[in-house]
Amino acid sequence: MKKGFVHEINFTVNGIKRALSVHSNETLLKVLREHYGLTGAKEGCGGGECGACTVLLNGSPVNSCLVLAVEADNAHILTIEGIAAKDSIHPIQQAFIEYGAVQCGFCTPGMIMTAYALLQKNPDPDEAQIKRALSGNLCRCTGYVQIIEAVKAAAKRMKGKRG
Amino acid sequence: MKNFKSIGKPSPREDAYDKATGNAKYIADIDFPGMLYGKVLRSPHPHAVIKKIDTSKAEKLNGVVAVTHAAKCPYKMGLYLVDRPVFATGKVRYMGEPVAAVAAVSEEIAEEALKLVRVEYEELPVVDNIEDALRKKAPLVHPDLMNYEYLPIYYPKKDTNIFNHFKLRKGNINKGFQKAYRVFENEFYLPQIHHVPMEPHGAIAKWERDGKLTVYSSCQSPFTLRNLIRYAFKLSHKDVRVIAPYVGGGFGGKAGINMEPLAVALAKEAKGKWVKLIFSREETFTGTVVRQAMKGKIKTGVSRKGRIVAEKIELFFDGGAYAEYGTNVVRAAGYTIIGPYDIENVQGDSYGVYTNHLVGGAFRGFGHGELHWVVESQMDIIAHAMKMDPAEFRRINVLKPGSRNSMGQTITEHTGNMTACIDAVAEKLDWGKKRMKLPAHIKRGKGLAVLEKAPAMPANATSCARVKFNEDATVIVQFSGMEIGQGCIAALSQICAERLKMDITKVHAAGLPDTDFSPYEWQTVASRITWAVGNAVINAVDDAHAKIKKVAAQVFGSVPEELDVDGEKVFLKKDTKKFIPLPDIVLGYQYPDGHTIGGPVEGVGTFTPHLTNLDKNTGQGDAAAEWTFGCEGAEVEVNTETGELKVLDLIGAFDLGTVINPLTAKGQIIGGMIQGLGSAVLEELKYKDGKVRNASFVDYKILTAADLPEKITSIFIQTPDAKGPYGARAVGEHPMISVPAAIANAVYDAVGVRIHSLPLTDENILRHLKAKKADKGKKK
Repeated sequence: MKKGFVHEINFTVNGIKRALSVHSNETLLKVLREHYGLTGAKEGCGGGECGACTVLLNGSPVNSCLVLAVEADNAHILTIEGIAAKDSIHPIQQAFIEYGAVQCGFCTPGMIMTAYALLQKNPDPDEAQIKRALSGNLCRCTGYVQIIEAVKAAAKRMKGKRG
Repeated sequence: MKNFKSIGKPSPREDAYDKATGNAKYIADIDFPGMLYGKVLRSPHPHAVIKKIDTSKAEKLNGVVAVTHAAKCPYKMGLYLVDRPVFATGKVRYMGEPVAAVAAVSEEIAEEALKLVRVEYEELPVVDNIEDALRKKAPLVHPDLMNYEYLPIYYPKKDTNIFNHFKLRKGNINKGFQKAYRVFENEFYLPQIHHVPMEPHGAIAKWERDGKLTVYSSCQSPFTLRNLIRYAFKLSHKDVRVIAPYVGGGFGGKAGINMEPLAVALAKEAKGKWVKLIFSREETFTGTVVRQAMKGKIKTGVSRKGRIVAEKIELFFDGGAYAEYGTNVVRAAGYTIIGPYDIENVQGDSYGVYTNHLVGGAFRGFGHGELHWVVESQMDIIAHAMKMDPAEFRRINVLKPGSRNSMGQTITEHTGNMTACIDAVAEKLDWGKKRMKLPAHIKRGKGLAVLEKAPAMPANATSCARVKFNEDATVIVQFSGMEIGQGCIAALSQICAERLKMDITKVHAAGLPDTDFSPYEWQTVASRITWAVGNAVINAVDDAHAKIKKVAAQVFGSVPEELDVDGEKVFLKKDTKKFIPLPDIVLGYQYPDGHTIGGPVEGVGTFTPHLTNLDKNTGQGDAAAEWTFGCEGAEVEVNTETGELKVLDLIGAFDLGTVINPLTAKGQIIGGMIQGLGSAVLEELKYKDGKVRNASFVDYKILTAADLPEKITSIFIQTPDAKGPYGARAVGEHPMISVPAAIANAVYDAVGVRIHSLPLTDENILRHLKAKKADKGKKK
């Protein structure tokens, strides 16, 4: 089977340094899911259209189904599994639960990672900014309203903490 | 409202934690050592004879473990009408139909092997739309239709493409029309759309050499799936085990039996090995099921005062290549055919029609989005023509206590309050109020549309729940309603806690079924789980309490009738100081000398809807266990130069009885309305010569967060249902149903064009605006 060339990559995944041999055609999504069992990122379309596979690459949200693993060499990757504190989940996760922003849950990890990136860059986004930031993450269940409410609530709480 | 402890509270759902942390396992997240990967070869033609299949090269490819097709797997499936082979047999009937499948040690090898399968086709004339299918000498998609097995409540027609014809007859249609002051006749159409669950379909199967089969599936119906697999593959129920992980969205598209037999067929050829089959997004579009397209003809007679006196409706559903589950969509739309109206004389005919399109199946709304598009557009046309207010016209004609609905059931004050739904939406929309000044090319309008739906299910659709006490008298409630996103885990925990008189933190809902261990459930469809399983949970708690009381009565030297149980203890009603803490009795009561009576307490509860079949010739009877009424309204803005449609305000009011969980109820309503809005303004599976042209997210758009209306409001009307758990009613599907008509009616109000065909894209609106302008020009 044609597998392409094998490359050695070094990167950080959720704070842990990793070294791995990957084929040049392997995606970051596949590596995260199959090598590290980080199945929080989902494959909804495989074509960068739905956002279910969103993870952060050096702080920016990416569709990991479109990122080749070799592109992650020397990068910092953050996934849904890496944002909780030791004894408590992240305020965005908590807000998603409390505000009814989760239904089937398949888009949820990607949605939370996009919200996470947004709030890192802009701790106090208005509704239009939230909508724009989330517009690359499709959700078929919620109609987005409770997701937007959750992001607003999380922003408020995170600001309070930093306050 | 009663003073409830758990009911009515916005309890966060237990499953949300798993999902928000990435812990929740979906079908694609499950792996087994040594697992094989399946891939499916699909037909490139919508209608063709299969002359030859040659799999020899594929079989020889290193790493390929199984190759299968109709000759090796000559099985058929179907929930109500058994017309669908696992693999195309003799001919293919739609583009995307499975022709063969392979299982290999890697996905890459499986894909490589597909390319080595040679299939020779001879193309046949394509039945590409409903009109073609109904023509007298139309090619028959299923020449053997009458030889298929089907339940006797469905009526296929010999030598036609009609796989079901449901008839509704009420009153005297001719006399009704004779009484009419005016008669209105119109036609409406809506296209096929897809469920678009965010999670693609998938299944993992293993067929052991001893004949035992295990299937993991992203499904809405583990038990019905087990039943249909064992029927298709001729196995015993006890040898088939279905395990259902979290489902990443269903909307009807994962109901009944779907793609699972493909994984099973491969597992049968690769015995002892797990075979994982996960569909691509494109396969999810074309290889699962879709909402049927529909053409509706409606004729309505109205009295001088605006009372509807007669109505004749024909609905033609494009059921695609296989009827299967769609058979019952035709029936459900048929028995609700006039919507929530009180009409004395009705003639309704609902037809399911085979074409060479994608397979029609269950879809949120189950025929009701289709029928209400026809009815609610028509009502608006009549109201305007009669110079009546559209809201008032509906108030005059909708069902009220004492009315008899389409199938002859009498409406009571417990059925729900249709008028209150209309009033709530009208009030929130500032109905009838003047509009602000806008530039000349920007027009605003308001519209509303009503709806009703009952759970569509056979009369023997039953449910079971179990309530298990733990050592510390906390409780695990088990059921097999699937958590497909709707929030049944939260709602059923709340119902359980309420009945147990226990704090909800002491109740854990174990909601992911395994048919070997979980109680029976017909299916998670028809918005019925909270309603039906909720009743089973109540009965299970009562059963557990009865068991506790029986043992305690022996301890107290009393009788069960003199005892009561709360969340902490069982006690004598007359003397509450005499009690036994629950932890001391739920695993058996031990006397000081060690002697123990009773045993582990598990309550079992069931629920049966108590329905009847409908009369073959009139459709009259009792097929609906409960109704949910609703009204949806919108304010829109149309740019008359570009056709651009902006939805400013979207409102839904539903009489959902007692609200079990306002957080999840709101989620159902808003989520459903936005899915409905997508179907109104955007969504359509596009065909050319029977081939689907837009099976991807690039070409089939769904609404994003950036496309939302400025305001979205959900309103609860709460008339307790007589049979629902604590008075609750179904609401899962309903919010999707009448959004298209509400939007179309608002567009008419804004710019005076009546659009009969969905979706209401900007291009579609502009076309109508131009036609209207041209028409005006002609008249001048």
